[in-house]
Amino acid sequence: MTVWPEERAQTIDSFNTVDMTINVGPQHPATHGVFRMVLTVDGEVVVDCEPYIGYLHRGLEKLTENHDYRQSMGWWDRTDYLAGMCCEGAYCMAVEKLAGLEVPERAEYIRVMMMELSRINSHFMFLGAFGADVGSFGTSFVYAWRERERIYDFFEEVSGDRMFPTYFRPGGLQADLPENYESRVRWLLGSIRQGIEDLDGLLTGNEIFVERCRGLAPMTTERAINLGITGPILRATGLPWDLRKAQPYSVYDRMKFEIPVGEQGDIFDRYFVRLSEMYQSTKIIEQCLDQMPKGLVLNPDLPKTLRIDNAECYIRTEGTKGEYGVYAMARGGVKPYRMKLRSPSFCNLSALREMVVGSYVADAIIILGSLDIVLGEVDK
Amino acid sequence: MGLFLFSDPLFGVWNWVDAIIRIVIVVLVMTLVVMYLTYGERKLVARFQQRLGPTKTGPAGLLQAFADTVKLAAKEDIRPTNADRWVFEFAPYLTFIPVLMVLISLPFARDWGVRDLSLGLFYVFAILGLNIVGMLMAGLGSGNKYALLGGVRAAAQMISYEIPLVLSLLSVAMIAGTLNLNGIAAIQSFTPEEGQFAPFIFLQPLAFLIFFTAMLSELHRAPFDIPVAESEIVGGYFVEYSGMRWSMFQLTEYASMWAFSVFGSIVFFGGWAVPDTGSWVGPDWAWQLGITFVKSVAWIVAIMWVRTTVPRLRIDQLMSFCWKILLPMSIVQLLMNGFILIYDWPHILLTLTSGAGAAALVAIIITRAIRRPKNKLVGTYRQARAAAQ
Repeated sequence: MTVWPEERAQTIDSFNTVDMTINVGPQHPATHGVFRMVLTVDGEVVVDCEPYIGYLHRGLEKLTENHDYRQSMGWWDRTDYLAGMCCEGAYCMAVEKLAGLEVPERAEYIRVMMMELSRINSHFMFLGAFGADVGSFGTSFVYAWRERERIYDFFEEVSGDRMFPTYFRPGGLQADLPENYESRVRWLLGSIRQGIEDLDGLLTGNEIFVERCRGLAPMTTERAINLGITGPILRATGLPWDLRKAQPYSVYDRMKFEIPVGEQGDIFDRYFVRLSEMYQSTKIIEQCLDQMPKGLVLNPDLPKTLRIDNAECYIRTEGTKGEYGVYAMARGGVKPYRMKLRSPSFCNLSALREMVVGSYVADAIIILGSLDIVLGEVDK
Repeated sequence: MGLFLFSDPLFGVWNWVDAIIRIVIVVLVMTLVVMYLTYGERKLVARFQQRLGPTKTGPAGLLQAFADTVKLAAKEDIRPTNADRWVFEFAPYLTFIPVLMVLISLPFARDWGVRDLSLGLFYVFAILGLNIVGMLMAGLGSGNKYALLGGVRAAAQMISYEIPLVLSLLSVAMIAGTLNLNGIAAIQSFTPEEGQFAPFIFLQPLAFLIFFTAMLSELHRAPFDIPVAESEIVGGYFVEYSGMRWSMFQLTEYASMWAFSVFGSIVFFGGWAVPDTGSWVGPDWAWQLGITFVKSVAWIVAIMWVRTTVPRLRIDQLMSFCWKILLPMSIVQLLMNGFILIYDWPHILLTLTSGAGAAALVAIIITRAIRRPKNKLVGTYRQARAAAQ
């Protein structure tokens, strides 16, 4: 399936056909938020695609620059709102690095555990929504939702909120875990593994799903790197690049896990990389539980008001969608001078046009789904 | 021995009055069936998806369908300004009337139907083809690009799948030797003295598979719900409709599902044919109605089960599946049937050839699924450019 410029030109001459533009979004069931793309189609074949973003722009960076370091925690949850803890983690690490704050070991383990739970949560969302994009009438969605609810219940118990926990603090955590956390999390892991198996059976075990995904919109490693793609989409091309291993932060260097990679970077590989990553995340959480030390969860030397003198740093973390980088700069005072978010969804989205052009309308939808964008992160 | 109400003509009135009364009864029954099909689908799909479905309206949500009907009837009927007025407004009727007309010929029990047509099978698939006109009208007349895509997809898909559908039915009709639906049902009843005919699903498993697949496509059910794909074209050809006109499309969808399930159970499962009802307690027609009900419910549950499980095919996969697999197989089956019947070979050969074909069909699907992807990759811009150079 290709676009045939010469043939299309002939078609236009002899049959007088014209291309049609279709507006997809910002309110469309398959755009996963307020994303909009204008497709130019020749019958069923997409010949051009123009994405429009910015519907969810909230001025995150400027807001952060105008608030106390601890006040703006909540904004950062709302970037990748499917995995709020991962974003909090990156922000807190940036502030800690600026201020030179130590984080107690127990807090680090809890952070890693929570970040991995968030990652599972986000990938579940991907699997469910992707199944719905491919057309499985919401069954995958509801299967994924079952596990997500349980994870959210745990988050609520820990932090008081489900989607936007605001659980981390610069220098540690807001509070310690509840007493029964270990049995809760171990039960949760069993449930998650069951959920992964169910979705695996429902989607990977389905001929039509595999037929739809295999060989669609492949991506080479070089091209992915040139486009700035990171995360599962990059790993699907075969490059085992995961910041948790490549540049370990927090206590990831003490964890044993593997980096799942794909072969040709097509949609099936992206799907399968995410599915396998969830297994790895459950492993990491188990190790966290096993190694979790006792102690404080917040640095006791933390000043009442954080004042940071001239400092500058860039923190790279492996967010759920790719490299979630925070550039922070302080010039004294209680507010950061500059905050910049390198959001993986935004960079990954830049590959959309290249992948979509030449495919069918139906495929354009699942290509967009396979990029797994979160509009809060794209629009900041 | 049908009930006297449905023995013709009704109360000795004129023929056309009798026909009208029967049609009214069928329409009322159909409305009720459709209402409870929507409820049943919501309940069943909910259970498949670990949900509860409607629970609040009446006991176990049983009145949900009535609440929905009232809501839909009270809704404003919106016509977009750039819609083609008459095309837009008549499209729902033109999709609905063919389905209603199909119901005329279906025997729900022996002699329980509006009319017992001697060319019933032919009539059914002749009328069903008209459905496309309404969908295409809705797609073109709405002045909406999603609707246009949906309408054109629907037309392409239904025209393609009509052919294997008809061919699979013809191979059954060849064995039955009649096109009368009552006759086809009667020939499948197990009566030792009249020659032992089994339901046609045992004689023609391949025809059954082809019919079921093509039926899903005609009904726009998953995995062939391409014309109404929610995640792509947001409902397809009826995206601009609201209120009663929208509910006409829903009515069409569920009424045709019901019509197809009754029709399919008559052709392949033996319809109302109950094994030797003479010695059973109660009137024959009650048993016959009951068995039709059970068979069509099984059929509908199968459709819904498929819907909740499988994703959607792409339009080119759909077309190639129809033209490259279903159509050749149904033609070959028709030819085999011709040979076997004209030389009067034993009927077990029908089962064997068709069973082999069915096994081959399943094998084709599985091997297609497990084969490695070809080098022909889809959808990269660079590849498109390379092809252009």
